[in-house]
Amino acid sequence: MELAEKVLAGEMRAVARAISYIENDHTQKEELIDTLYPHCGKAAVWGLTGPPGSGKSSLLDHIIDRERKRGSTVAVIAVDPSSPFSGGAILGDRLRMQKHATDSGVFIRSMASRGHLGGVAGATADVIKVLDAAGFDLIIIETIGVGQTEIDVVEMADVVLLLLVPGLGDEIQALKAGVMEIGDIFIINKSDRDDADKVRAEVEYVLGLKYTDDDDERNPVFMTSAKLNEGIDEMLAGVHAYFDKISNNGWLEQKRKKRIASEIKTILAAKIKNEVERYLREDNLLEHWVEQIYKGKRSPYAMINEKLQSFAWEYHSK
Amino acid sequence: MPKRIRILIAKPGLDGHDRGAKYVARALKDAGYEVIYTGIRQSPQAIAKTAVQEDVDFVGLSLLSGAHNELFPEVVRLIRENGGENIIVFGGGVIPDEDIPFLKEQGVEVVFTPGAPMQDIIAFIEANKERTAH
Ligand SMILES: Nc1nc2c(ncn2[C@@H]2O[C@H](COP(=O)(O)OP(=O)(O)OP(=O)(O)O)[C@@H](O)[C@H]2O)c(=O)[nH]1
Ligand SMILES: [Mg+2]
Repeated sequence: MELAEKVLAGEMRAVARAISYIENDHTQKEELIDTLYPHCGKAAVWGLTGPPGSGKSSLLDHIIDRERKRGSTVAVIAVDPSSPFSGGAILGDRLRMQKHATDSGVFIRSMASRGHLGGVAGATADVIKVLDAAGFDLIIIETIGVGQTEIDVVEMADVVLLLLVPGLGDEIQALKAGVMEIGDIFIINKSDRDDADKVRAEVEYVLGLKYTDDDDERNPVFMTSAKLNEGIDEMLAGVHAYFDKISNNGWLEQKRKKRIASEIKTILAAKIKNEVERYLREDNLLEHWVEQIYKGKRSPYAMINEKLQSFAWEYHSK
Repeated sequence: MPKRIRILIAKPGLDGHDRGAKYVARALKDAGYEVIYTGIRQSPQAIAKTAVQEDVDFVGLSLLSGAHNELFPEVVRLIRENGGENIIVFGGGVIPDEDIPFLKEQGVEVVFTPGAPMQDIIAFIEANKERTAH
């Protein structure tokens, strides 16, 4: 496959086009991913999440700087919400990272959250494979940390960096709501603000409740200021140390297997759903069934169970 | 699933006024397109690389500083050089009528001057979106 060859050679144009194949659910998408898959598994994948406006993109700009200096190539997937009304989106994350636009070791792709087969998490998982196969050392996913969809996206990562900031007022709420569960590394950004220490204390307190005795299991907490470019080296040293730790203690393997399991489930469910819809459209099956149930000739469960068997049989004998 | 149209709205040159560009970006979002906005003072090289990485269908350039005759053609040239052969480039801003034929010759397909209704921009996109199909 020509496109796959070009992706493997690291051609930016091809990488960009391959991502569009995923976004548009192109007919050759599956062949593309399967051709690339044997070349995957080398990249480290970080997820960066946090409330809207917490400074994710600004921090990412500094992270790219540092990682490039260490000699890594970096790819970013920045997910922004689509408008529920028009389906359109303004993808503005890259604005804060634009100084890296001309660096050939950096690739930034903005993605809107709605309208993906298998959800945006499914699409993200495939985009990660493309970037991994293209040879990027580090792949970072930025997404807002609200809602299950966004959490699913960030869980595609090996390590999740959760950003919190002072002054949101609903910090404690977020902590209670279980958003805390998804973070591996906790970052309190905007440390230049007055009440940053207070947020830190709150985070430490909640994490303390999570793990009472085992210090080794305790999630690292860092303070950064993307504005003043402070605390970033310490934070990154912490992320690398954490990555090394989970590479050695088996957590990374566990996490990647969990990711594959959730991918399999999502894709399988999406495919079965498509089959069901196709089946129901054939010979206007759905209408016939509605008619029978409406007129009281059949009861719903008895009929559905019977039809389910014939559906499975038809599928099986194809 | 229908392919979604992606549009990069970019401001080359030195002027720092992006109200117009932001207004267009928002209106295009409301019309259902995915809009990538990169802010002010972008180099032609940065715009070209962004257009290719984001695999956009259209690039809309906005400029108020008067350097359009140099910058717009340069952006088109670099987009092509970076492999964006099908990307459609259009322009907007304070551009004298007499400059428009030259810009078209250089690959800027249409130029929207201040006061052009948003509907014209959307009609242009709708009329041309099939050409970028992939
Ligand atoms: N004081 C202060 N402001 C910051 C800091 N980091 C970011 N900001 C500001 O916070 C605002 C939002 O920053 P972004 O980087 O766009 O935040 P984000 O989390 O990526 O935002 P979304 O992607 O829209 O959710 C901007 O005005 C930044 O300048 C910081 O460390 N300190
Ligand atoms: Mg952002």
